[in-house]
Amino acid sequence: MTASLDNGLIVEDVYKAYGSKVVLDNLDLRVRNGEFCTLVGPSGCGKSTLLRLILGEEQPSAGRIILNGETLGPPNARRGIVFQRYSLFPHLSVIDNVSLGLRLGGRPGSERIPARESRAEAMQYLERMRLAEHAGKYPHQLSGGMQQRVAIAQSLIMKPEILLMDEPFGALDPDTREDMQLFLLELWEQKQMTLFFVTHDLEEAAFLGTRILVLSQYYTDDRGNGDGVNRGAKIVADHQLPRSPFGTGVKFSPEFGDLIAQIREEGFNPAYLQHARDFNLKHPDAFQTLTELELRG
Amino acid sequence: MTTPRFLGIHARPGKLLGWALAALPFLLALGLYLWASDIRHRDNPNDKLLPTPAQMVDAAGRMAFEQDRRTGTYPMARDTISSLKRLLTGVALAASAGLLLGLNMGLFPGMGATLSPFVTFLSMIPPLAILPILFISFGVDELAKVMLIFIGLFPLIARDMQLAVRKLPGEQITKALTLGASQLELAYRIVLPQILPRLIETVRLSLGAAWLFLIAAEAIAADDGLGYRIFLVRRYLAMDIILPYVLWITLIGYLMDLALRYSLQWAFPWYGGNDDE
Repeated sequence: MTASLDNGLIVEDVYKAYGSKVVLDNLDLRVRNGEFCTLVGPSGCGKSTLLRLILGEEQPSAGRIILNGETLGPPNARRGIVFQRYSLFPHLSVIDNVSLGLRLGGRPGSERIPARESRAEAMQYLERMRLAEHAGKYPHQLSGGMQQRVAIAQSLIMKPEILLMDEPFGALDPDTREDMQLFLLELWEQKQMTLFFVTHDLEEAAFLGTRILVLSQYYTDDRGNGDGVNRGAKIVADHQLPRSPFGTGVKFSPEFGDLIAQIREEGFNPAYLQHARDFNLKHPDAFQTLTELELRG
Repeated sequence: MTTPRFLGIHARPGKLLGWALAALPFLLALGLYLWASDIRHRDNPNDKLLPTPAQMVDAAGRMAFEQDRRTGTYPMARDTISSLKRLLTGVALAASAGLLLGLNMGLFPGMGATLSPFVTFLSMIPPLAILPILFISFGVDELAKVMLIFIGLFPLIARDMQLAVRKLPGEQITKALTLGASQLELAYRIVLPQILPRLIETVRLSLGAAWLFLIAAEAIAADDGLGYRIFLVRRYLAMDIILPYVLWITLIGYLMDLALRYSLQWAFPWYGGNDDE
């Protein structure tokens, strides 16, 4: 079956195995443009593997990944990335880090931008990130939160079709982390960009996303549980979330707590094995094609 | 409990004591020399083995400030300039070749697979063992001496640069690609500037070996140079010239090291900043 969504990200029948270990098992996923999509799952379930496949650092063992109608290859300017660390180039000042993309290949399909203009544009981004006064500093002179804001600006200036974030706030202290979450939401509201955000923090995922995906290896299907069955992770739940109102108060509401508890049960409980046909995939963009082995009759 | 000044891992010598402690071994060595020299000269006023400071100053002064009657040059200045020319040419060539080779071997797996075992093999050849080959193939002029320094240094520098490239976080490479960098831009605009400080450190560490190769080559075939002079006057047991020359070489080496260290701090203020994250 082909997904019936022309634009956005489509991951279809994707497998990823390292040797005999299957990490991602016949994964299907569709993300509409403009979505703030968060991905959670137990440690080692393959969250980062899925992100690396979309990023193009690795290729799927089978299946295909399509972004806005075009198959994805190795990393390029169509996708932006913010890592937990090492996103910035230590030998460049903050402003040079942000303008780097414009000075290298430039945005896909655009003319090369003169140095002065790229600098001016980088400055605008820094102002939006409230970092203008730090433009001349080197990354190591900034705090962790500021470094991540620079890294976001550095990616956004390329206007990528999708911005991937791999635990971007994982190394920050709790207060800075909450500031950054609010900051990112504000930015997403302004720019209406597509975000694919991987985190191991359930609260963060539920607070930020308009959609939360749960990737887990804790499920069952018609392949049974024999010795020969080598199961990898699937998306076991797919929730549409109400757009978070600004402010972190929502984190203390009962609905929020119930959602967290539900996701914890669906994805993080090794004893709770749903059958693949019963996954909670009610999101309008969700789809899943199971093989005959996974679902007999 | 008070902090100990000298003994144990908790000792804090402080600034003044630190200076005094640093000077102590130098003063001891100097005192030991003067004492031994004095004993020998009391025994035999014409002793050549351990010249007195006055004799050394006298001899060094002659080498430095008296024109050679035959060539009309100042021997020490001429030796110094010739040696430095060879040393700096050899080191500069080795550093550039090592940098480019190591960069490409570290970044491009195909280049690494092709060249890495060969360079490792080359680095195991004792350079002095092939010195005769160099003199035969490059003649006894400047080229052979420069080549000895080059061959002695560049495999080491290349391997170190390769390691420096591989130590860069993979995230940076990916990030640069998502910013639209081509592979050449990645190599020369992202990776190269980041391994330059490491190149300076490697060159600093290689300077000692470079001097060794230079002196060895000059000792065998040259008509000027610091190593040439030392091995020339050795025939007359002219320790009053040899010792000042050795001190002079040491001083030059020390100043070069210092210059490289300050240029590292001056040119790469960001370097080392990652360590305190």
